[in-house]
Amino acid sequence: MAALNIEKGTSRHSAYDLRDPNAETIETHTLAVLVDNEAGVLARVIGLFSGRGYNIDSLTVAEVDHEGHTSRITIVTTGTAAVIEQIKAQLGRIVPVHEVHDLTTEGPSVERELALFKVAGKGEKRVEAMRLADIFRANVVDSTLESFVFEITGTPGKIDAFADLMRPLGLREMARTGVAALSRGA
Amino acid sequence: MTQAMTGAKMVVQALKDQGVEVVFGYPGGAVLPIYDEIFQQNEIRHILVRHEQGAVHAAEGYARSTGKPGVVLVTSGPGATNAVTGITDALLDSIPLVVLTGQVPTFMVGNDAFQEADTVGITRPCTKHNWLVKETDKLAEILHQAFHVATTGRPGPVLIDIPKDVQFATGTYTEPRRAKVDHYRPRLKGDMEAITRLVEAMETAERPIFYTGGGVINSGDAASQLLRELVDATGFPVTSTLMGLGAYPASGKNWLGMLGMHGLYEANLAMHDCDLMINIGARFDDRITGRVADFSPHSVKAHIDIDPSSINKTIRADIPIIGDVAHVLEDVVRLWKSRGRKVNKTAHAKWWARIEEWKKIDCLKYEPSGTIIKPQYALQRLEALTKGRDRYICTEVGQHQMWAAQFLGFEAPKRWMTSGGLGTMGYGFPASIGVQLAHPEALVINVAGEGSWLMNMQEMGTAVQYHLPVKQFILNNERLGMVRQWQTLLHGGRYSHSWSEALPDFVKLAEAFGAKGIQCTDPADLDDAIMDMIAYDGPVLFDCLVEKHENCFPMIPSGEPHNKMLLGNASTDDAIGASGAVLV
Ligand SMILES: Cc1cc2nc3c(=O)[nH]c(=O)nc-3n(C[C@H](O)[C@H](O)[C@H](O)COP(=O)(O)OP(=O)(O)OC[C@H]3O[C@@H](n4cnc5c(N)ncnc54)[C@H](O)[C@@H]3O)c2cc1C
Ligand SMILES: Cc1ncc(C[n+]2csc(CCOP(=O)(O)OP(=O)(O)O)c2C)c(N)n1
Repeated sequence: MAALNIEKGTSRHSAYDLRDPNAETIETHTLAVLVDNEAGVLARVIGLFSGRGYNIDSLTVAEVDHEGHTSRITIVTTGTAAVIEQIKAQLGRIVPVHEVHDLTTEGPSVERELALFKVAGKGEKRVEAMRLADIFRANVVDSTLESFVFEITGTPGKIDAFADLMRPLGLREMARTGVAALSRGA
Repeated sequence: MTQAMTGAKMVVQALKDQGVEVVFGYPGGAVLPIYDEIFQQNEIRHILVRHEQGAVHAAEGYARSTGKPGVVLVTSGPGATNAVTGITDALLDSIPLVVLTGQVPTFMVGNDAFQEADTVGITRPCTKHNWLVKETDKLAEILHQAFHVATTGRPGPVLIDIPKDVQFATGTYTEPRRAKVDHYRPRLKGDMEAITRLVEAMETAERPIFYTGGGVINSGDAASQLLRELVDATGFPVTSTLMGLGAYPASGKNWLGMLGMHGLYEANLAMHDCDLMINIGARFDDRITGRVADFSPHSVKAHIDIDPSSINKTIRADIPIIGDVAHVLEDVVRLWKSRGRKVNKTAHAKWWARIEEWKKIDCLKYEPSGTIIKPQYALQRLEALTKGRDRYICTEVGQHQMWAAQFLGFEAPKRWMTSGGLGTMGYGFPASIGVQLAHPEALVINVAGEGSWLMNMQEMGTAVQYHLPVKQFILNNERLGMVRQWQTLLHGGRYSHSWSEALPDFVKLAEAFGAKGIQCTDPADLDDAIMDMIAYDGPVLFDCLVEKHENCFPMIPSGEPHNKMLLGNASTDDAIGASGAVLV
């Protein structure tokens, strides 16, 4: 070995230059994948995750450029550094995939999720739900004398926290969109 | 120039424009319009196989032996599902194929129509890319894109599913040069900074080794040429995977032989003890690495591969270089020369001396016999009697495949067709048909086991119909030999279903098809029998009855590191440990 003056683990092509490649720590990453908006492209991405045993914590997809027929898929996934690197490389080789961005490592980013909560209750509980919704800046998008539907936007953590608070107050149903994310700055 | 034509005609036109000469196929209701167009022209030759799996393997043999994409045409439903094994095989071995499947008409898709299968869904995970064509106007462009994707970057199989109404309808033909393909352009040139680091490492390394793979063959003849130049100029030893045999010639002075589970002792030990490993177009397959934690523990590893997902998949690369082998090697050779062609000569002398010691083990040694044909002996004779000829070798999967890799010498790329990644029994015979079609004058031999050969034996009809003089050299041990070997090593010799009681009379079988059958049981007759096989102008089924219980060595038991190799005289009962037992 002595004759070679190369540092081990210095692969330059990845975002993990300085990390221990063998670390077993599980990380959560948000990936933005720009794809051709063609039939089956979502099936390809989901098939990749199920076929290779990767995790999907959240996945959202919608067309973002109608003219250019491109969609943006936002995936929140977990794995070791090595697994995350494989996920990105595997996504990159899907033919209709144009770009893969790891928002977690490519600098600061913002993440938002939208959720709808149906909360039913009377009296004290109803008042308390309304008060908490106000604190969380949730909007009321439907109300009856015995129920509300709240709309809330925020990080997944904020939505989890809101859900925890609503549960004892009569949470009946909840719908979440999954995460949308963008890098900060120009 | 734009032209109006039916979808079926477009298919044939696009194949012509892509320079396709041969299509391997099998007709059915959903592709009849295309077959009608094929009937009305003479430029493209259609080869009627006997099973769609055969069509795909034949196309693989054609592709691997020419460097051109293989083309397959099959019908919907069962035609498409029969092709799936071959398509998966091509995906794992990076073989460029364009597979065309018929589909029920668009207005019936989703209705469980007659012979409907969700072909695009079924083949999504086993193709590089696939398309369902819904409009005739888009068909020609998709066909051209398909050829582009199959052959660009890491090659692989692609599939186009064409509903029958799309074949009948008229649309506008798009010429190849107008098809949009720009979005898919994998990078060919390697990063110069990484290449410089590799060259620096080459200059100082004390125990370097080139570990080459199928990517050298995929990259083209220039890659093999550059590899030879680099190996000869640096004096580094070179080993190859099963898929890369022939890139560096077996007669070359730096050749260590194949590495891996059944690779040569010297190749595996050199990989284990090296201080600089230069992986060129190989993918650190588990047959190579053994126990990953113990894989070549003291080396700096450079990895040249066109597919970023191959890099750092199982083994961490210290010097990753993403690019095409020929492009990268060109830069490596140029840079290394311009920096004064430096290597660490004194250290290399010591390194080679160690390698020579390992070679003395003579790891391919086996117990000869005067009465029974040893499979190794049969291959040594086959090698001696066919060497120097314009020869192509295919194999099936099993012990015979490994012995063929060990005992036959490959001097040039594209002369060795084997199913490595998927390990598909039944691959070799149809593959030999595809090879013979591409090289009508060459000697094409399929080294087979009787178990594998029976899996696609119906293709004898194809060989006879098209007068393809393929030689089927069956090492008949009346056992599923490789399975039997593992049962010896792992399951206490309990030979659960690893032999067939009712094998056919292969000579009669050949004759029933109109081919020639030869049987050989005595080592003394072997040379003459092989010469008869070669001399016969037509397909031959050679039934070579060999020792039934021979094991294939060397062998690294699964889950073990390279330096824990079993050699021929090893005690083998239950040699695979508990942790290796779950591995395949
Ligand atoms: C019974 C059995 C036993 C086996 N035992 C062994 C054994 O002992 N030893 C052995 O070696 N194999 C063995 N194999 C085969 C093994 O399973 C793998 O198929 C083989 O090792 C893979 O070869 P490879 O690494 O060269 O990769 P390939 O599968 O040939 O892949 C090629 C690599 O090169 C890259 N590439 C493609 N084109 C280019 C290009 N233009 N430029 C740069 N890179 C490119 C690809 O991205 C890929 O990473 C066995 C198979 C069977 C069925
Ligand atoms: C389609 C398929 N089924 C099963 C296997 C598992 N398998 C690997 S080798 C082998 C035995 C092959 O026997 P044979 O063709 O007679 O060759 P031998 O090992 O005896 O040389 C089997 C069953 C396989 N590789 N492919």
